Amino acid sequence: MPSIRVSVRFFAQHREQVGASEREFDLPPGATVRELLERMRDTESGRVLPDRPTVAVNLEYAPLDRALESGDEVALIPNVAGG
Amino acid sequence: MTGDGVIRVGVSSRPLAPDEILDSVTSEGDGAVLLFTGTVRNHNRDRPVVTLTYEAYRDMAEAELERIASEALERFDVSRVAAVHRTGSLQPGEASVAIAIAAPHRDACYEASRYMIEELKGRLPIWKRETYADGSSRWLGGERPPELEAESHPGPDA
Repeated sequence: MPSIRVSVRFFAQHREQVGASEREFDLPPGATVRELLERMRDTESGRVLPDRPTVAVNLEYAPLDRALESGDEVALIPNVAGG
Repeated sequence: MTGDGVIRVGVSSRPLAPDEILDSVTSEGDGAVLLFTGTVRNHNRDRPVVTLTYEAYRDMAEAELERIASEALERFDVSRVAAVHRTGSLQPGEASVAIAIAAPHRDACYEASRYMIEELKGRLPIWKRETYADGSSRWLGGERPPELEAESHPGPDA
């Protein structure tokens, strides 16, 4: 079964801790954001994940049960501090 | 008024021009125009701040700012909304955000402006790092964006 590939973007303290602004992950078709985060926890990028991460998919906040598609841009959003 | 509102938003590394942002919403049909600017403070809890560096997830910040502006147009009797957030390294006194609202009457301007700044602070994917006089720096704690419920409505592909 072909897998899907998504990119994950990191910002601010997450970007500094990962040492990269973006990583790619291969997942089984139909994988959710939650499954992506579980996959990430097995990699060195996973150490920046908080217990309850906030995530955006394709420029919009998304729930953990959101199903991903190949080419989706996922972003790990640290607590925000605009203004 | 809903439906014919005008929105102009942006996230930019260039210095903000609040008077231009104010002009961009002004029209003869509105009796009230309100400008809010947030500026960099030279201290945080008694610690002198020399630089505030803003990092943005720019594409999403612009999309979220547009969503917030649309909400303001729906909720309040306002006709034009403009909001711009700055990124990069700012000195104390520089404007980091500007919000301009035009409406037929003043009450809606104040309400919409307050709504925009509070939502923006809690939702825009923007982060700031303070640098102090001794050269040390740190990312500010910030706010946790609103919790999303599990998707109960059909998504675009459902």
